[in-house]
Amino acid sequence: MSEPLTCDVVVVGAGMAGAACALYAARAGLEVTVVDRGHVAGGTTGAGEGNLLVSDKTPGPELDLALLSTRLWAREARELGAAVEYEAKGGLVVAETPEVLDKLRTFADAQRAAGVTADPVPAGRLHDLEPRLASGLAGAVYYPQDAQVMPALAAAHLLRASGARLLTGREVTRVLRAPDGSVRGVRTDRGDLHAPAVVNAAGTWGGELADRAGVFLPVLPRRGFVLVTEPLPPRIRHKVYAADYVADVASDSAALQTSPVVEATAAGPVLIGASRERVGFDRSLSLPAVRALAAGATRLFPFLSRVRALRTYAGFRPYLPDHLPAIGPDPRAPGLFHACGHEGAGIGLATGTGLLIAQALTGRTPDLDLTPFRPDRFPRPTKETER
Amino acid sequence: MRTDLVVIGAGPAGLAAALAASARGVRVVLVDAAPEPGGQFYRQPAPALRARRPQALHHRWRAWTRLRDGLAASTVRVLTEHHVWCVERESGGLTVHALPGPEQERSVEVRATAVLLATGGYETVLPFPGWTLPGVVTAGGAQAMLKGGLVVPGGTAVVAGTGPLLLPVATALAAAGVPVAALVESTGPRRLLRHAGALAGKLPEGAGYAARLLRHRVPFLARHTVVRAHGASGAGSGGDRLTGVTVAALDEHGSVRPGTERRLPCDTLAVGHGILPHTDLAEGLGCRLGGHAVAVDAEQRTDVPGVWAAGESTGVGGAAHALAEGHIAGRSIAARLRGTAPDPGEWAPAGRVRARMRGAAAALDSAYAPPARWTDRVTDDTVICRCEEVTAGAVREAVSLGAGDTRTVKLLSRAGMGWCQGRMCGPAVAGLTGCASAPSGRLLARPVPLGVLADAHREHEEHRDREVHREHEKHREKEEHRAYEDRTEEGPS
Repeated sequence: MSEPLTCDVVVVGAGMAGAACALYAARAGLEVTVVDRGHVAGGTTGAGEGNLLVSDKTPGPELDLALLSTRLWAREARELGAAVEYEAKGGLVVAETPEVLDKLRTFADAQRAAGVTADPVPAGRLHDLEPRLASGLAGAVYYPQDAQVMPALAAAHLLRASGARLLTGREVTRVLRAPDGSVRGVRTDRGDLHAPAVVNAAGTWGGELADRAGVFLPVLPRRGFVLVTEPLPPRIRHKVYAADYVADVASDSAALQTSPVVEATAAGPVLIGASRERVGFDRSLSLPAVRALAAGATRLFPFLSRVRALRTYAGFRPYLPDHLPAIGPDPRAPGLFHACGHEGAGIGLATGTGLLIAQALTGRTPDLDLTPFRPDRFPRPTKETER
Repeated sequence: MRTDLVVIGAGPAGLAAALAASARGVRVVLVDAAPEPGGQFYRQPAPALRARRPQALHHRWRAWTRLRDGLAASTVRVLTEHHVWCVERESGGLTVHALPGPEQERSVEVRATAVLLATGGYETVLPFPGWTLPGVVTAGGAQAMLKGGLVVPGGTAVVAGTGPLLLPVATALAAAGVPVAALVESTGPRRLLRHAGALAGKLPEGAGYAARLLRHRVPFLARHTVVRAHGASGAGSGGDRLTGVTVAALDEHGSVRPGTERRLPCDTLAVGHGILPHTDLAEGLGCRLGGHAVAVDAEQRTDVPGVWAAGESTGVGGAAHALAEGHIAGRSIAARLRGTAPDPGEWAPAGRVRARMRGAAAALDSAYAPPARWTDRVTDDTVICRCEEVTAGAVREAVSLGAGDTRTVKLLSRAGMGWCQGRMCGPAVAGLTGCASAPSGRLLARPVPLGVLADAHREHEEHRDREVHREHEKHREKEEHRAYEDRTEEGPS
């Protein structure tokens, strides 16, 4: 066993959430060690699209977190924008029928009241914004705050900027607790790390890590496929998706639901995704999911029919039963903090999460009320309810 | 289309399997991307070229003519120029999806009870400064040009790298009249001799090539490497083109011996560092791999029911090995489709060839390993991933950003994200970063138009709607019938 290392806080997980927590904790003056059983961005971060979205959020705590995060992303982008391929491109949410457009506009009104910029786009102006869009669409709402990063680069560069000590290829086997229940570090397969605070940023495996700390957090995987096309000259300007996406996010159905978010990337390929299925950790190809993605994308952008898909990949979005992340201190284990369960929005919500965690770590009043994100809000199922 | 067996790949393994199965009453569809069956090993000149003696470019010409005539006399249905992009497992069996023709704009489906993956291998080339210059081709590429098009790469050639493919390529070039300035092999002669026992099956072949090299006066530089390829802009050409290479001797540790560098002028450099199995379709199906190859049992079955694999996809071992594996797979499939267990005694001779060639392949693999310190010679400005134009410097930077396996290196550098999906640069990236080289989990075996996927979605939706409608109808009829029966029961009593 190697010698015990001492620092102020151990962040478990070198993905997007862990990187943001490390950055803001380090800025708050804490000495941070990040530990991951894999490598930087090797989990769900590496299988994401890099959506920084406010457009798909219903007014409430998640939207507040998205708005805070969006502001922070814009600030970080001043230094790191090029390195992380940040693009403040805006989102365009289209409605295919007048009925859907009505619903979308009502939804946008409520978002506007919560601080979102949402501009209605009549059918006649759609092609000024997005010239290659299909004809016959009913209209859209434009969200200038929606933006994009390359998620793996974002995690890597935020981690580097944090100056945190990075230990990869090292698995946390247990969160160490003192007799009074307080956290005093982690045990890894290659030695202990001593620290008075531990942040659970383990994403889809956050439930497992919570278990290794002796607390219950029901993080579940939701599979999402993303389709990637051959590189193209810039033809799609915004993040474009159909309005039924909004209904999907909060949906509780276990059946396949696919809604096309179509976007070009700085490197040229167009990303289409993601599908949403609850099938556990199965990585094998699902042709029905991938076909539905292609059908959705070509319906919005007919020119894509002749464009080739080069690859597809699956990732596992971590979600909690009420579809809100777990952020903040865990009263059941003093010194344990959670920053996981962001579902398909983890890249976008990472900066706000990181800031809130840093504020909680240093005893400051957090910018947002953490009550809706309390990690102890799910009772441990008894034998009976487990069935 | 519906059949018993789809064989994917019409090289030695696929042909042998198709013939063995079809001779036993199995309906077989044989699918291949090339315009003619034969694969890379038996690649044929296009008939329009009217080659007078194509056999001059091949050994084992007799084996080929036997397969070719057998195929012509068989009931095997051959689909050439069909590019398989996915094999799908469904409740009723397996569906092979392929894009026909050079256009590859629509997709066809072949449904079958069994599928044999005889997808062969692809060539590895490890990068060095100047390797992307026009005039540098892969060894296999040079061979394909000779066999398929009877086209001779221009001017003087150098053949370099490592592996058993270099000898036949050098002799074929020389036989076609190309002056070969040198055959540069990084493995030392002593190392090859150490494995001579296991290589016995291959050695007579090798000895024949050596004699031919001698006859054509091709200098053989063992334990040497190409350090750099040089280019200059030629008259009338747009950019730089290959003008020569610097070769140097290697010491015991794989480093260049100082002072041994010398320059060889040449117009073509054919370079190769071995063959890797094609496993994309197997990975999409979820077949278990062993290292880089598809894992199979003694009958050539993968761990996915209904899926067999044979030839280079199960481990690179050459044509005789592929023929043996294909033959065994074909017999196993015929028996299993009848619902019986095959008798391994029936294929004992093929089984012996398989065992011998697998041993030889393992020996070749360890004999022809790339020199240990090849990455030292890769400068930071050397392009590693040609599709995305990622340099060695960027790949090394990804490691300093926290990447630690081929997937995270790809994510942080873009190496392997382009057209070839890392087939070309995968081994180079693994070598440069010190990561274990691993199959990269490509779920689509080749690029597919989004329109093809979208149309299939709509067809399936319509099919499902029709099914739902039919169920409704059935249900309604049943209800009506029951209502009628109820009424009749309630009738006058």
